[in-house]
Amino acid sequence: MVTQLSATQLSAQLAAKKISAREVTEAYLERISAHDAVYGAFLRTEDRALIAADEAQKKIDAGEAGPLTGIPVAVKDNISTEGLETTCASQILRGYIPPYDATVISQLKASGAVILGKTNLDEFAMGASTETSSYKLTRNPWDPARTPGGSSGGSAAAVAGELAPIALGSDTGGSIRQPASLCGIVGMKPTYGRSSRYGLVAFGSSLDQIGPLARNVEDAALLAHATTGHDPLDGTSLPIAPIDISGLKSGSLKGKKIAIPTEMFGDGINPGVRDVVEAAIDRLRAEGAEATEVSLPSIKFGVTTYYIIAPCEASSNLARFDGIRYGPRAEGGQGHIGVVEKTRGELFGHEVKTRIMIGTYALSAGYYDAFYLRAQQVRAIMQQEFLKTFDEFDFVVSPTSPVTAFKFGELDDNPLAMKLLDYCTIPANMGGFPAISLNCGYHENLPVGLQLMAAPLRDEELLQTAWITEQVLADLQQRPPIS
Amino acid sequence: MSISLDEVRHVARLARLELDETELLSLQSELSELIGHFVDIQSVDVTGVAPMTHPVTMQNVWSEDIPGGTLPRDVALRNSALQRAGLFVVPQIIED
Repeated sequence: MVTQLSATQLSAQLAAKKISAREVTEAYLERISAHDAVYGAFLRTEDRALIAADEAQKKIDAGEAGPLTGIPVAVKDNISTEGLETTCASQILRGYIPPYDATVISQLKASGAVILGKTNLDEFAMGASTETSSYKLTRNPWDPARTPGGSSGGSAAAVAGELAPIALGSDTGGSIRQPASLCGIVGMKPTYGRSSRYGLVAFGSSLDQIGPLARNVEDAALLAHATTGHDPLDGTSLPIAPIDISGLKSGSLKGKKIAIPTEMFGDGINPGVRDVVEAAIDRLRAEGAEATEVSLPSIKFGVTTYYIIAPCEASSNLARFDGIRYGPRAEGGQGHIGVVEKTRGELFGHEVKTRIMIGTYALSAGYYDAFYLRAQQVRAIMQQEFLKTFDEFDFVVSPTSPVTAFKFGELDDNPLAMKLLDYCTIPANMGGFPAISLNCGYHENLPVGLQLMAAPLRDEELLQTAWITEQVLADLQQRPPIS
Repeated sequence: MSISLDEVRHVARLARLELDETELLSLQSELSELIGHFVDIQSVDVTGVAPMTHPVTMQNVWSEDIPGGTLPRDVALRNSALQRAGLFVVPQIIED
């Protein structure tokens, strides 16, 4: 079946003219129409997908195709797509049609990729289960009674459920890697500044990065390569070349120094998850990697630091949603400020309002020094601690998520437990480090993710090592129980 | 650490959020709980540590002063709930 092929395999079939770009996109659109009622991965599909597929075919026929030409890509709904509704899964952006493409979308279109549709997420990417979407629930292809994780849960479920070969997500505290882990696929957050944030609806500007979700490392690498590189439209974009994947398959585990932080293997990590990850690390050792336990005490302060800094940045970024320039406007507000307050009060969901309130509180007079300033200092300590570790080690390896996929509503009564889900992923956002999650086995029939983190700008080595790791663990990989 | 209902109201006003009493009460308890956890970083020794605003050191980023394309007015206005004569319509801001 076409939809079971990886992007790399599809690309080869397209090049060999064994299949047409239209057939590939049609196969995915049909599968979405037949199965997405169960998974709820997509908020909408792109009406122009088949037109884009025909354009891609012309490129293929003219011998101008690249590896992504004719490959459908699902896009998280906080990434602006010209002419295609972009809601951030919020009512405050219901009906918003961006007048321009995010840079990553322009890059994908230039590469001949086909935008398939927009995927569900936690409202404004604030959550770890996709449950805070104001539109629908997304279900995990491994068990529809469980969440796909989040916030890029729609993208992860689409890729795992074979409703898209590859997808884009965004990662502020783990929002690509954690759902990738819970859905048994690959998810990567590049070094901060390697992918352009232009057109990504901002959540935490110093933390956000766009990155790929895929069924294997090679597909993730293709998408990472296509969506990185300098963008003059994003002042925080690094003036360096796209991630180079030409040496993807030429790395080796021999002599690679791996740091195993004890703080990511202790209390709070499900023992079943820990066992699976430790078994995977043993197999990396057997291939010549030198894994050593280290202590990085700042990890314990990551969640607090994140839950101050990200809401502070969000409270400022989300001030633009006022019902005046885009999105619906609430009726009955008195005066300009009254209209803005009423629109925001009615149309933001509870989780978003909570985070805006935390951020506003932590930035307000009298609390700024105790919370925001101190969090920024702790963030600096954390970054330094990791950079020192990277002087000595090639990678830091850990579980991606402390738990496997959980049931809907399971963490409703425990907001803190939901926030602790980001415990292992937050440090990469804090320090701007590249990190990748790949499946390393199963606990009670649910996927477990292995996270590899590297020093800034070592995205290439990270992908190389993830690729070898994937080969080493290949015998463990299973297909989810989907039709 | 707990936050008073008046503080929650004040912060909601700063954040431009109209909240009903039920939501104010629920936020009071949620914020108190979360901020209660924030005290753990108060024990970290931050003496002499410069606050980190960004993961990469950014200098001024300049671009060449070349005029580029901008959104045409009708396109920029297209997503507004209320517009008239090429302008966003907002409630009266300046009193009579």
